[in-house]
Amino acid sequence: MLRINCPHCGPRDHDEFRYGGDASVTRPAHDDPSFEAWYRYVYVRENPAGRHREFWQHVLGCRQWLVVERDTRTHVISSVAFARSSAA
Amino acid sequence: MRRYSALSLLRNGLAGHRHWQRTWRAPEPKRAYDVVIVGAGGHGLATAFYLAENHGIRNVAVLEKGYVGGGNVGRNTTVIRSNYLLDGNTQFYEFSMKLWEGMSRALNFNVMFSQRGQIVTAHSADQLDFFSHRANVMRLNGIDAEILDRDDVRRLVPYLDFSETARFPIHGAILQGRAGTARHDAVAWGYARAADGHGIDIIQNCEVTGFLREGEKIVGVETTRGEIGAGKIGLAVAGHTSVLGRKAGLELPIESHVLQAFVTEPLKPLVDHVVAYGADHFYVSQSDKGGLVFGGNLDGYNSYAQRGNLGVVREVAEAAIALMPNISRVRLLRHWGGVMDMTPDASPIICPTPIDGLYLNGGWCYGGFKATPASGWCFAHTLATGKPHPLTAAYSLDRFRTGRTLDEAGAGPFAWLQ
Repeated sequence: MLRINCPHCGPRDHDEFRYGGDASVTRPAHDDPSFEAWYRYVYVRENPAGRHREFWQHVLGCRQWLVVERDTRTHVISSVAFARSSAA
Repeated sequence: MRRYSALSLLRNGLAGHRHWQRTWRAPEPKRAYDVVIVGAGGHGLATAFYLAENHGIRNVAVLEKGYVGGGNVGRNTTVIRSNYLLDGNTQFYEFSMKLWEGMSRALNFNVMFSQRGQIVTAHSADQLDFFSHRANVMRLNGIDAEILDRDDVRRLVPYLDFSETARFPIHGAILQGRAGTARHDAVAWGYARAADGHGIDIIQNCEVTGFLREGEKIVGVETTRGEIGAGKIGLAVAGHTSVLGRKAGLELPIESHVLQAFVTEPLKPLVDHVVAYGADHFYVSQSDKGGLVFGGNLDGYNSYAQRGNLGVVREVAEAAIALMPNISRVRLLRHWGGVMDMTPDASPIICPTPIDGLYLNGGWCYGGFKATPASGWCFAHTLATGKPHPLTAAYSLDRFRTGRTLDEAGAGPFAWLQ
């Protein structure tokens, strides 16, 4: 079980959270006509073997969306922040 | 390659088993090959075999960073079936099934292919309707499929929960009689031996660390055992597709996720089929040694660690007990994880890439084992001709750009939900 240190609720098991995928992708502006930009946003992923910025939502706690920085080889979590205040 | 037969067993037995030929050689890498395949798993080895067998291309090396069969081909739950719904998948997996049916003979190696049948339980009238749709698609494509009602299922697999208190009562099931299991290690060993018999070099403990280029074209690989030139390079590296793809300059719609598999202590014969639970994610078969081999969902977050977390162990155990209460006191012997290259539609990618000289076989998600022979067959065709095989034309990298995804589960573009 991963332990995620929720900035609001404190350390909790990861099965209280819902995974939300890669947090490093940015959504194109709503009126962006670039097909390529939307393709990359929806599908293309860096998928690093190493440090990964990712969304988790604390669904069984404060329901806040978080950005967690975690190593995909060791699962060591180096930082947790509210997604709202975390720069992309 | 000396053939295996009853006579060779007798002859070697009388000689005290001291004169068996090595199953495959351990050659030093040559400076260059016509084709270099990265990854000596099932898919890479099958590709090498069919390059020689079908296309006469024998100047081939298969490079493996670890040992033959140490990756997902040795970590899966060995289920083989061809019960797919979508055009493109249906025909490809049935072609694979036909290759499985002749594999032991073609390779002169017993892969212990056992067509014991797969039963997927349905838990509502609607789910059974959906299974009927699937069965119709299969039968229209010449694939065997049967719809079973509750009494049929009970006759075949009486040990499932048919009680009044079952959380999701069994309504019926879909059965594919030709589905089954195979000895997964034997598949890797059989393809390795047969490819080696064609003169193909299988080079273990040789990790690819980069690519050699001439202008835009890739002309070889850098490895931990030196530089190796290549006319063409085929990637078949499963969970590490993104890592190597990035070194080559490919952007890929792939995320790596861990899937766990489990085996219990050995039991007397209990599960005669492959049984999959239609109300949750759980599938089980019984190995020849008696252990129940089963699996469930992905762990659910990006991972390159070949181990899983306990939350999923609990979820899978809950699903197992909901379907088969009689195994509630059976002890788990081992569980392990494999790294899956998950695509956003859970279908694979076999195609030439935008990079000259580089070909891709990946994105197998958690379904690669059953595809091993057809994947090798079609990827060999792609490497030999530079063009997709008609059976894998739908598995292009382009399909995400052009909106032609093959999303069997209808889960949407979220790899971890597939």
